[in-house]
Order: sequence, then C-alpha cells, then structure tokens
Amino acid sequence: MSVARAYERAAAEGRAALVGYLPAGFPSIEGSVRAATAMVEGGCDIIEIGLPYTDPLMDGPTIQDAVHRALVGGVRLADVFRTVEAVAATGAPTLVMTYYNPVDRYGVGAFARDLKSAGGVGLITPDLTPEEGGEWIAAADEHDLDRVFLVALSSTDERLETITGACRGFVYAASLMGVTGARSAVDTGAARLVERTRAVLEKQGDDLPVGLGLGVGTGAQAAEVAGFADGVIVGSAFIRRLLDAPSERAGLDAVRSLAAELAEGVRQGR
Amino acid sequence: MTIDAARGALSGALTDAVPTAIPTSTGHFGRFGGRFAPEALMAALDELTTEFEAARQDPAFVAELDDLLANYAGRPSLLTEAKRFAEHAGGARILLKREDLNHTGSHKINNVLGQALLTRRMGKRRVIAETGAGQHGVATATAAALLGLECTVYMGEVDTERQALNVARMRMLGAQVIPVKTGSRTLKDACNEAFRDWVATVDDTHYCIGSVMGPHPFPMMVRDFQRIIGVEARAQVLELTGRLPDAVVACVGGGSNAIGIFHAFIPDESVRLCGFEAGGDGVATGRHAATLVGGSLGVIHGMRTYLLQDDEGQTLESHSISAGLDYPGVGPEHSWLYDTGRATYREITDAEAMDAFALLCRTEGIIPAIESAHALAGALKVGRELGEGGTVLVSLSGRGDKDMHTAATWFGLVGENENEDEGAAR
Repeated sequence: MSVARAYERAAAEGRAALVGYLPAGFPSIEGSVRAATAMVEGGCDIIEIGLPYTDPLMDGPTIQDAVHRALVGGVRLADVFRTVEAVAATGAPTLVMTYYNPVDRYGVGAFARDLKSAGGVGLITPDLTPEEGGEWIAAADEHDLDRVFLVALSSTDERLETITGACRGFVYAASLMGVTGARSAVDTGAARLVERTRAVLEKQGDDLPVGLGLGVGTGAQAAEVAGFADGVIVGSAFIRRLLDAPSERAGLDAVRSLAAELAEGVRQGR
Repeated sequence: MTIDAARGALSGALTDAVPTAIPTSTGHFGRFGGRFAPEALMAALDELTTEFEAARQDPAFVAELDDLLANYAGRPSLLTEAKRFAEHAGGARILLKREDLNHTGSHKINNVLGQALLTRRMGKRRVIAETGAGQHGVATATAAALLGLECTVYMGEVDTERQALNVARMRMLGAQVIPVKTGSRTLKDACNEAFRDWVATVDDTHYCIGSVMGPHPFPMMVRDFQRIIGVEARAQVLELTGRLPDAVVACVGGGSNAIGIFHAFIPDESVRLCGFEAGGDGVATGRHAATLVGGSLGVIHGMRTYLLQDDEGQTLESHSISAGLDYPGVGPEHSWLYDTGRATYREITDAEAMDAFALLCRTEGIIPAIESAHALAGALKVGRELGEGGTVLVSLSGRGDKDMHTAATWFGLVGENENEDEGAAR
C-alpha cells in the first residue's frame, strides 16, 4: 500500500492516520521488526523506520539513546533494508527516516534503488531541504518513491510553497520549535502551521495530506492533533515504552497498547 | 604598522570581502558548503545572512567593531620574528602572527566580537556556543559579559576535564557551561548539543559558531570576521621584509585561524598556503583528526565537506592531543582550497606538535597553544623545504596557559614533582 492510499483510507473512515516511528536495530535488530509489527497490530497505519546515525542533531534524549544502543548493537545499512522489508510485509507502508549523510555516502541513486527493492516507499529527511535535495528528488522520481520534507513553525509562506511543492506522500509538519521527544502539551502554533500549509497546498491545487509530529505521546494528544491534521506522528513515546519495560515481551505489549490508545485517539478527534 | 593604518585595515578586512564570488549566494564553495540544516533553522539562517550583509556595509557597525578590536581585543596583533626558533627551520625566517596576545588569548575573539554585535543588532538576548579547547567558549563568554548577553557554552565532557581551567574562566565570566556526555564527548558532540538548543530557542538566541563551519552563512561570515589576521599580517610582513612571505602556515581543525590568515594571500600566487591538521598518533593508525589528509566527502553539521566517516557514513571519532583540533570535519572553504590545490594540507602528529611546543617555549619564551604548536611544527618542515632566504609566516593562533596540565603530563613534569615530594616525605 502507498502512503497516499493509507491517508485516503483513514480519511474515508473519518479519522487521522497514525504514523509510528522506530529506529532499526532497537531494541535489537530482530527486536525492531517485532516492535514495529506490534505498532501495526496496535493500529499504526504507516511506519517510519529510523536509520541510526552517530550525530542525530534533531533528536532529543530518548531517540538519541535508542539510536546509540542500535549502533552499539552493530546495526548496519543492510539491517535497515532488511527491517524495512520485514515491516513492509505487514502491509503498512514503510518509510525510512534518515539524516542525509548515510544516504549521500551510500550513493543517493543506489540508496533509492535498494530502498525500493526492499519494499520501502520513501524517505523522510530532517536535515535536507529541497534546495540541497536535487539529487534525492531526481532519484525519488526515478524509483517512484515518496519524499517527505519538513515544514516548521518558523517557515515563511514562500518556503512552505517550495517545500510542499517538493513533497510527495505527505508533508511533515514539525509541531514545535525543538528536538524530538514527548511533551506534556501540543504547541499552540501547531494547528496554525497545518492551516497555513494547507492554504499553500490549496493555492497550488494540491491535496497532499499534512502529518504532524514532534512532542505527541498520548491518546488525548493524538485526539487533539487529529482534530486539525491528516496524520499524527509518534516516535519517542514508543521508544520510551521499550526502554522502560522489564523484558522485550513486556515492551512489545506496551508498544501494542500505546498504538491502540493512539489509534483510539485519532478516531476521537473528529 | 602604525595604529592608524591598522585601524584602516580593520574596516577594510570586513568590507573588502564584499562582494565575492566565493561562496555563491547559497553558500557554496564549488561543491562544498551549502545549508544542510533542519527547516526550523532556515528562517534564522536567512535572517543572519541578511543582517550580516547589511551590517558589514553599515559604517556605524564597522566603526563599533573596529573600536572593540582596537581598544578591547588589542588589535593589531604583533608580528614577532622568531630568530632562535628559526635556527631549527633550515635557515628560513620565521615570522609569528601573535594572535596569542589578543584579549582572551586567541584569535577567537575576532569572530566573537563581530557575532556578539550582530546578536544585539538582531534584537536577540542570548548566545550559545560550542567549544573544544575552551578558547571559543571563553571568547564568547567574554563578549557576552561585555554586551550584557546571556551565554550558554556546550563542551564535551572529555574536554571539560582536559581544559578545566577554561571551564572555570567561562563560569567566572558568567556563562553557563554544560558538559556534553553523548557520543565521543568532544567537540563534535558539543556542536550537536548546541544545534539542539538552537532549534528550540532560535527566537531569542544566536548560535555563535566558533569556526568556519556549519550551514551558510557561517563559513563565510566567520571567515570575514577572521580575515583581519591576514590583512594585518600581509602589511606587516611587507613592511618588515619588503616582500611577501614564501609560505603562510596555520593549524587546521575547523579552520578559522587558517582561513583568517590565508584569505588575504589567496590572490598572491607566489605565496604557498600550508595547513597542518592534527595527525594524532599518525593518520596510518586511524587515531587522528586529519580530515583533509585522511577523510572523505560527506555532510556534517550543516555543510558538505570532507569528514572522517566509515563506509556507511557514520562519523568516526577523531583523536588529537589538542582539544581544539579534535573534530572530524573541516570548514568547506578548506575543502575547496584543497580540491583546487590553492592550499596544501598535511598532518602533524601529537609528538611532533609537542616537540615544537617545547622548542618555542625554550627558544623564544613564548608558550603556544597546543593547537598552534601544530602550525609551528609545520613551519619547521616548510622552513627546511624553503631553506636559506625563505620566509614563513605562521599563525600563532593562541597561547598555551590552558594547556599546562596536558604539557606537564606529556613531558613528565608532574611525575618529577611527585618524586620530589615522595623524596621529601621519606
């Protein structure tokens, strides 16, 4: 299934889509497949597999910790592609979220080709904007992959046009000015950003969905976000469940039940 | 150089660089540089670019910066001929550009005063900085105290230990120093943490990057604040020797003192530009910080440049006895100068640097920063290559007071004292 189709299906059900993030290799290489599968079983519509990177400068302590453990555990790019393949087999469209350097180093064209053949549907690139992304945009076109760039509270309307014009699949709206990690409240600017992004899309005659991420971690927050965005993106809260669990089995149960709570949330928000 | 002439040079250093084709308006030096940064920072980077361009053409801004450089930082810095040191350099003359004599003890103050004034101009109340050896952190804390700005400095935990004196200095100056405990716990990780702070605080905070690195406009802006070093030195060498130097030598970590002293000489084709990177235990051992000598092309901290990385693009930990050079990336303009061949880059091992450190102490009565000792070791090599009649201009980027603990350990001075104490106790 494509990302676009997953969003359409959620919209047809009168709800927002639920997008879950987890880095490959965490809590272990095989464990990350089991955890992502539990996220799908609990109700995630779309999965983002994080590519562990040594210098995750957009991530807060929770994701830093998970990524560090994955790297110490010896995760390699081949493991990331295998994880994507296994998670995509659940039927949930699976994207890779990655900082740019590992893609650049691998070779942008080769990365796109191997992601596609693993069953991945695209990339989310937190430190790449369309201005520097020419090579990736061309490779995504060639291999029919989604490219998800981020918009921020600080983005000007002019930049929103550039970014949404380069996105395919969905637009990732960062709900707050800051790094990843669960917060107690959704930033008051988030709804306004989604509204501004939609206005720009409309002007361009586009109906790309807008997913909102950063800082969302509870069913109540998911419901709040579902009230104004097409998708709700959750990462650190899943990782926190795995970190805090006494065993992998307990962690998987906790992940599944958080996904179910969030899935319930995205259905209440409308 | 007279003070009046020097004051003229201060203004000139900032305004002469406008406009240049390098970098392009998008911050590209050939295939290097650019802006690989989170979208959340793009508005701030655009604002900074606009404000910097306006400020350097604003006579009031330039006058205020010149006044601070002359009457606070102590510019122009001296040019000192190192005659006894030069006896070890194959007969070449060695001229030291004395950035160690600046207020706060290094070239870092040149850039920081400029960025602190810009911070105020943009209406921001807080600055943050990364620091390795602590030189940039101390300079930033100093400028923040002077201009009444709040200041937070991120420093790798390893570096807070090996540069403890500078941590105390920053705290005395009113800055908050945050030891960074992630990753390799050195300069690279301090940069990550400073970026994380900035993404969350960009409305009222300026990230005062300490080297010619990061996303555009930082590599260009920091260069233009540092090019005063070369502008002054070029005039001073001409006045002293009646001709241009044969070579200009500097250490390269991120590369701000090197770009600072190189830039005014780039059009002088007869002048060799020689950068010396931290070779640690030797590039062949893998334990080094020589990015251009031993690295490969990639993207780090917002810029495309050479860096130390593995075959999958994971950053490798760098190693150097010098905290200020212990960084796995390098400013994009150096990558460009390296690719075009206008500058050459070689490694200096820890041992070579420490030998040069001791030699300058004993022959000239000047204690250099260990960073600068890499340039001094390089100057000995270049001097021997040039031989009799050659002239080498060296950027003595900082002073070594902060390095006494490292030097005492390296040379066994601590051990001797302990032995004496033990003897006395017996």
